[in-house]
Amino acid sequence: MAQPQRQLVQRPEIQQGKMSFLKKELIRNKYVYIMLIPVVLYYLIFAYGPMYGLLMAFQKTYSPIKGILSGEWVGLDNFKMFFNSYYFERLISNTLILSLYSILLGFPAPIILALLLHEVRKKWFKRTVQTVSYLPHFISVVVVVGMLKTFSSLDGGLFNVVRGLFDLQPIMFLAEKDMFRPMYILSNIWQGAGWSSIIFLAALSGVDPQLYEAAKIDGAGRWKQLLHITLPGIMPTIVIMFILRMGAIMNADFQKILLMQTAPTYETSDVISTFIYRTGILEGNYTYSTAIGLFNGIINFSLLLLANALSKKVNQTSLW
Amino acid sequence: MKRSTGERVFDAVNIIFLIFVIAVSLYPMLYILNSSVSDPDRLIRSQSFMLLPEGFQLKAYQYVFQNPKIYTGYMNTLFYVVAGTALNLLMTSLAAYTLSRKDLLGRKFLMKLITFTMFFGGGMIPTFLLVNNLGLVNTPWAMIVPTAINTFYFLIMKTSFEALPMEMIESAKMDGATDFTILFRIVLPLSKSILAVMLLYYAVDHWNDFVTPLLYLRDQSLYPIQIILRDILIGSSTESMGAGVDTGYAIGENIKYATIIISTLPIMLVYPFIQKYFVQGALIGAVKQ
Repeated sequence: MAQPQRQLVQRPEIQQGKMSFLKKELIRNKYVYIMLIPVVLYYLIFAYGPMYGLLMAFQKTYSPIKGILSGEWVGLDNFKMFFNSYYFERLISNTLILSLYSILLGFPAPIILALLLHEVRKKWFKRTVQTVSYLPHFISVVVVVGMLKTFSSLDGGLFNVVRGLFDLQPIMFLAEKDMFRPMYILSNIWQGAGWSSIIFLAALSGVDPQLYEAAKIDGAGRWKQLLHITLPGIMPTIVIMFILRMGAIMNADFQKILLMQTAPTYETSDVISTFIYRTGILEGNYTYSTAIGLFNGIINFSLLLLANALSKKVNQTSLW
Repeated sequence: MKRSTGERVFDAVNIIFLIFVIAVSLYPMLYILNSSVSDPDRLIRSQSFMLLPEGFQLKAYQYVFQNPKIYTGYMNTLFYVVAGTALNLLMTSLAAYTLSRKDLLGRKFLMKLITFTMFFGGGMIPTFLLVNNLGLVNTPWAMIVPTAINTFYFLIMKTSFEALPMEMIESAKMDGATDFTILFRIVLPLSKSILAVMLLYYAVDHWNDFVTPLLYLRDQSLYPIQIILRDILIGSSTESMGAGVDTGYAIGENIKYATIIISTLPIMLVYPFIQKYFVQGALIGAVKQ
């Protein structure tokens, strides 16, 4: 009993020391802390506020008047309902397939573009390709999907003109369930590959030129240089971008899919986020859709942690 | 430097491929431009790749300009872009300045709290209910307040502030300058290029924002251009274009193409001149990682 008492005696002193230091610091830099207030408030309200709202996932219904804590707690019922729902498998597999194809085809595209651009000797040509290939990035999703829609028009739309070359009947591309994935992924590459290549180009310009000189003296051709100098040189960047991509694996592009999907394509196009939008915003089933969102968020975050841990182990590159 | 035959072949193939990349990037826009000015009847029956317009008319553009919805949408978007970006710049500067100060108490903890929000969040529904409970739904505030700070952009700005010489700030303090003076008179004027980057990034985000108005706005009179575009381009209702104007079916397709051009042209024209800043931003972001 002696020890805790001694601590009790000491504590006020320490606290007083801390307090006066805190006070001094707050007075000395008061304007910094005043500036910090709106920032902290913003994050508390608009980032952590919704996280508090996640508690709804464990409740039966949400009442806007009574607030979150007054609802009836139902444990994991909402999650169970989702796991047992008719849509569960379809949503998970659609989301994953779309993401995996996007990674498989979409992730290497900017790297390849950057590597090819890196091999160009004429500066003006390189710059022209860059400027032009960045352009589609600035077109809004709405317009990109609008383009897809007009291109699929049965009355002389571009895609059907191409089909005509092969003597195929015109089809409504956006209403074909087998066309959804290719259209989504290819248009993503069209829009994003150029812009995403910037980061890899920056990494490429950071590779030590002396390494290339040394390799040339050793008689390494350009292919060998690519394999043994260039690729290892930009590997950390590739790994980091890959980890970040993994953390978004369950986040298919909500805006774009919502704009692209039509009822006949739900079989391939309906993903978790569009389902959340329909059940939550349109049908008002708040607690159920919040549970689905939380489930999704946890998987994403775990995958990010997993990818990060793996990469830390394998090649010492990590996000933090 | 002598090059081997293999290298020459590679270089040639590479250049041809990259020319193909240019063509693919530009062709959709060319196709749309040419379609928009083509003769409506020929456009609908045409089986061409539209390397040149089929016939010529500018009536479709006339309809687009006369459409009151497009006008209101443009004006609303302009307001959201200006007001939203202004708030973004203010808030992001405050965050970047305070959190780049190494002597800030609780800096590490705050940074952890903030970075965490990049990887995990409440999601669509709790955010919607929050914005709703705050009374922001169906007000212009919903378009600018919930997105006041983009954490990724904040990190870019913070990195750039951290590179500024600390002694300058210290000596300004010795001279009795408050932190507000330091931020607005010293730090920001020295960071013009990063400010330009932030301005462009935020402005483009507001311009292209489609989800925020979809979730938070109900009133047609508040709709930004992207929602109007969705109705015209994807809602497949050419009659929604009409709004009292007798358009007829034939020109409907032209109107869609013209709408795409009208809504994309501003950024396309300005972009080559400001590309430098965008790329700079992307690079600072990459270095950060």
